Amino acid sequence: MIEMKNVMKKYANGVIAANGINVKIGQGEFVYVVGPSGAGKSTFIKMMYREEKPTQGHIRINGINLEKLKNSKVPLLRRNMGVVFQDFKLLPTLTVFENVAFALEVIEENPKFIKKKVMETLDLVGLKHKARMLPTELSGGEQQRVSIARSIVNSPKLVIADEPTGNLDPETSWEIMNIFETINNRGTTIVMATHNKEIVNTIKHRVIAIEGGRIVRDEVRGEYGYEI
Amino acid sequence: MKFRTAGRHVKESFKSLLRNGWMTFASISAVTITLVLVGVFMVIMMNLNNVATSIEENVEIRVHIDIAATDKDRTVLEDQIKSLPEVQSVVFSPKGEELDNLITSLGDDGDAFKLFEQDNPLNDVFVVKTKDPEDTLAVVHKIEKFNHAAKVKYGQGTVEKLFSAINISRNVGIVLIIGLLFTAMFLISNTIKITIVARRKEIEIMRLVGATNWFIRWPFFLEGMWLGIVGSIIPIAAVSGIYYYAYDYMIAKLAGSYVEILEFNPFVFQVSGLLLAMGAFIGIWGSVMSIRKFLKI
Repeated sequence: MIEMKNVMKKYANGVIAANGINVKIGQGEFVYVVGPSGAGKSTFIKMMYREEKPTQGHIRINGINLEKLKNSKVPLLRRNMGVVFQDFKLLPTLTVFENVAFALEVIEENPKFIKKKVMETLDLVGLKHKARMLPTELSGGEQQRVSIARSIVNSPKLVIADEPTGNLDPETSWEIMNIFETINNRGTTIVMATHNKEIVNTIKHRVIAIEGGRIVRDEVRGEYGYEI
Repeated sequence: MKFRTAGRHVKESFKSLLRNGWMTFASISAVTITLVLVGVFMVIMMNLNNVATSIEENVEIRVHIDIAATDKDRTVLEDQIKSLPEVQSVVFSPKGEELDNLITSLGDDGDAFKLFEQDNPLNDVFVVKTKDPEDTLAVVHKIEKFNHAAKVKYGQGTVEKLFSAINISRNVGIVLIIGLLFTAMFLISNTIKITIVARRKEIEIMRLVGATNWFIRWPFFLEGMWLGIVGSIIPIAAVSGIYYYAYDYMIAKLAGSYVEILEFNPFVFQVSGLLLAMGAFIGIWGSVMSIRKFLKI
């Protein structure tokens, strides 16, 4: 599913965000990526959806070799993955339904299919009844659920989440985690960068800890391992 | 591209036009002003060129026949001129006719010349036309060598002067217009930049969910193109309207002379097409400038 070999990333300003990363993540895994701020978690994740290119090394996602992937083909890579962010990234002028449908519209799906698929997905995240509301009328947790719905509406094999619970209160965070669990149980790989110690230590999954651009720990059913 | 997608792009581009309000207005105004000037300039230049060409084509050589020449000499000279391969026609104009022409052309002042009717000082003339205006000078030189050709005259310098005047004004005009075109393009590219900035979140999400680069670019292209096309409407109307009246006016003024201005149809339609194409080009180019610079995809 995801394979990184000797991946290095040096930014133009000299910062080394990845320094020899070797990792394999299989289909259907649930992986937490933990580590202090500035450790290179975001770069690690961004390289997966090719927002950043490694300066050295090889990355394969779903069998696609990212070094050889032309810029014009990047959209095709991204159609097979969903990305969720801390700040939701919803369009405030569009309704919940439209926000989720947006992901399918811009890849030119059929309108009938879009309608069916969006309603199904909203049902899955428990927001079918709020389809016509605007994001501003929703709570933070609900907004994140819309964002998750958008990321999975195209049935991707991989969902990448960068601190999805970072802006949410503990209770809401649990709700969001339940949704990720459900998605994972359906066979979707999930890679989640997080600072949430309680979640990592409670819902046990593989933990990859990154510090100074290196993987310092990779445990099958790991602990958060840092004091907050 | 699917029809539905094309519709979506058009809709998005119009939404941006409305959302950008004043910038849209400023860009369209810049295009309008530029194209009005381009249009007027083009109409004047093309007509002047046409006039110059028709004058050039009407250049005639006037061969003054030696006063001492006999009728026989005259016939010989006529045959010699006619035998030149470049010559199209030779018309004899006796000196009495020449004087009448002179008197008529001077109008009221011509009366003074009536005194000469008793003792006409003018020469008999052969009016020679060449097949190709470019041969005029060569023919003049040949005729000058013939016997009994006292003086050979043609429209020395007038055509050259006209052409050089046209060239100078054309160059000045072109520089001016290029400056204006760049201003219009710059304003359009700024408008598109504003759109790109206003929609950066949308663009970011489109990229994340796998929209192709062209899918993202299209609405911006279209927006630029609309700015250019809408900007060309007033210039087209203005140029067509003005030419419609100017044509009638000029035709009346120029009646009887061999100078002609270009016919309303198809000239105005050609100019309109050109203005529309220029508008669209300015618009697309302006948006391309911004897309390249600000739309990082």
